[in-house]
Amino acid sequence: MTKSKNAAGKAAAKWELKLYVAGQTAKSLQAFANLKRICEEHLAGEYHIEVVDLLKNPQLAAGDQILALPTLVRSLPEPVLKIIGDLSNTERVLVGLDLQARASKGYA
Amino acid sequence: MRLHKVKSAKSAGGLNGISKCPTGIPGLDVITFGGLPRGRCTLVCGGAGCGKTVLGMEFLVRGATDFDEPGVCLSFEETAGELATNVASLGFDVNALVARKKLAIDHVYIERKLIEETGEYDLEGLFVRLSQAVDAVGARRVLLDSVEALFAGLENQSILRSELRRLFRWLKDRNLTTIVTGERGEGALTRQGLEEYLSDCVILLDHRVTETVLTRRLRVVKYRGSMHGTNEYPFLIETDGISVQPLTSLDLTHTASNERVSTGVATLDTMLGGKGYFRGSSILISGTAGTGKTSLTAQFVDAACARGERCVFLSFEESAIQIVRNMGSIGIDLGRWVDKGLLHFQASRPSTFGLEMHLGKIHRLVKEVAPKTVVLDPVTGLSRCGTANETTSMLLRLVDFLKEKQITILLTTLPNGSDGQEQTGADISSLVDTWVQLRDIESGGEHNRGLYILKARGLAHSNQIREFLLTDRGVELRAAYLGDAGVLTGSARLVQEARDASTTLLARQEMERKQFLLERKRKALNAQIACLQLEIETEEQESGQLIAQEKLKVKKEENEQKDMAKSRFVNTGSREANGRNAKARGGRQ
Repeated sequence: MTKSKNAAGKAAAKWELKLYVAGQTAKSLQAFANLKRICEEHLAGEYHIEVVDLLKNPQLAAGDQILALPTLVRSLPEPVLKIIGDLSNTERVLVGLDLQARASKGYA
Repeated sequence: MRLHKVKSAKSAGGLNGISKCPTGIPGLDVITFGGLPRGRCTLVCGGAGCGKTVLGMEFLVRGATDFDEPGVCLSFEETAGELATNVASLGFDVNALVARKKLAIDHVYIERKLIEETGEYDLEGLFVRLSQAVDAVGARRVLLDSVEALFAGLENQSILRSELRRLFRWLKDRNLTTIVTGERGEGALTRQGLEEYLSDCVILLDHRVTETVLTRRLRVVKYRGSMHGTNEYPFLIETDGISVQPLTSLDLTHTASNERVSTGVATLDTMLGGKGYFRGSSILISGTAGTGKTSLTAQFVDAACARGERCVFLSFEESAIQIVRNMGSIGIDLGRWVDKGLLHFQASRPSTFGLEMHLGKIHRLVKEVAPKTVVLDPVTGLSRCGTANETTSMLLRLVDFLKEKQITILLTTLPNGSDGQEQTGADISSLVDTWVQLRDIESGGEHNRGLYILKARGLAHSNQIREFLLTDRGVELRAAYLGDAGVLTGSARLVQEARDASTTLLARQEMERKQFLLERKRKALNAQIACLQLEIETEEQESGQLIAQEKLKVKKEENEQKDMAKSRFVNTGSREANGRNAKARGGRQ
């Protein structure tokens, strides 16, 4: 099952994010909640989150070289970036998504 | 019924030990007494380039092709394409196996630069991928090559370690026989201490360069619940994969044939109890330069080929053509056997490869040709490829291997050192059954060749030194002539032969003379006998006459008396009356 959150319409999504999880574990739910919060804060209207459950689609794991779970993959904008973990450390998520500069400069 | 149950329970649990998963790698299954522990993880560790991945891939490929056990390779270092290309040189068609769903390769790639770690995570993704691959091909075998790459890719080591522990547990639970490779670390088996988690079976690979020659070695460090060979075993990576050559794989159980094979030299056969060497025995021909080792060998090979047996001739000094030409000069035509496909030459410089490679090549040649005889001429050259110990061990393994196949092996060797006539290059005397020594005998200003049998296990053999001649009809052995200074050879022998011949002539003449004398004596005696005979006849005649005369005389006297009595009228009966009276008188007394 793939959950899609499309805040600003498909065409307008500048940020393509994929969250890989394995079932509805505490960590995956935590990760999704954290991601949602950060995106709303920093990328409102510009992002699209796809949640990939590897228990349902295991064949998708190899394509993005998924190893650790949960993994967040930023496929757009380039380059592809990966963040692993439950995204509880907001600071590091921002660094990982290369959002820190935007956050500190105050425009979103 | 109950008994049966007990029995099966025993065999499943205790007595037979753990179940083994054959690797299909020649030699490795021998050392491990059947293979790797089934359903468990085996750690294969070693330095860079020592063949960990090759061993792992061969395990998978052989599993898929020979044992119908599909496999999964999680490669952390090389992509599937790279892996396939790399092992293609070993004759493994990985792509075909992948296409036939016998093998699955997943390249797990992790780049630390592109990964940010935020908070808690696990490696469930790896499990998902492995699980998917295992299910896709129905895998029974797994290769993780090499999980240590994860340590470089992930920051949180404690998570990684606990996840690895979980991974190995998971593999065990799924009853997957697994090889995990690990880079050798300083003072530890692996850099990341993987041996801590993988304690069922650990195999250490190693490669060392001695005098520019590389030798790969393998050692089973531990094998929980099983016997295993404990030594370091040399192994080869060749065009058909890995082959491990255990030194003592067979417990000297090769059969001993009673069949005999001719040495090709009738006189030498006689010296060896009449029939030559035992089939499947090891024969050493040693001798200094130019004593005719190769010639004697060629004679044996010629005889073997003439019986229709295939031979492998490994030459380490001369090329095949050179040997054929040289043997032609003593009347041995080896060329015809080469043409008939009975004789296979393999000529190479000993230093071309390491000892193990030589051994591997011989193994392969023996498998291809299936010969009855293998010749190594000379083995001395091989000792330059390694230490004396290594050479001995290599030859020991070779002899064992060939003996097991009942192949007669003939080695030639040069003694090293000027003093030691009985010394051989590699100390191989103990591994040969028959040792023929060729000697250079110096006497009377000549160098001549001598041959004697130093030992011949199980054969009644001559203890004489014979002179060894290379004629244009091959090798000839001459009877021993003993002189004051030992065996007479060359001109000294010829002189002795002449002397012997003249002595014989003299003796014959003497005898003839004696016979003549005897004859004469007999004739003389015969004449004497005739003379005596004559004498006695004369004597007899004379005596006869005398007797006759005497008789006549007596008769005449009687007649005269009668006539006288007649004339006196004497009653002739009166004598009777007198006699009667006398009797009567006697009776009365």
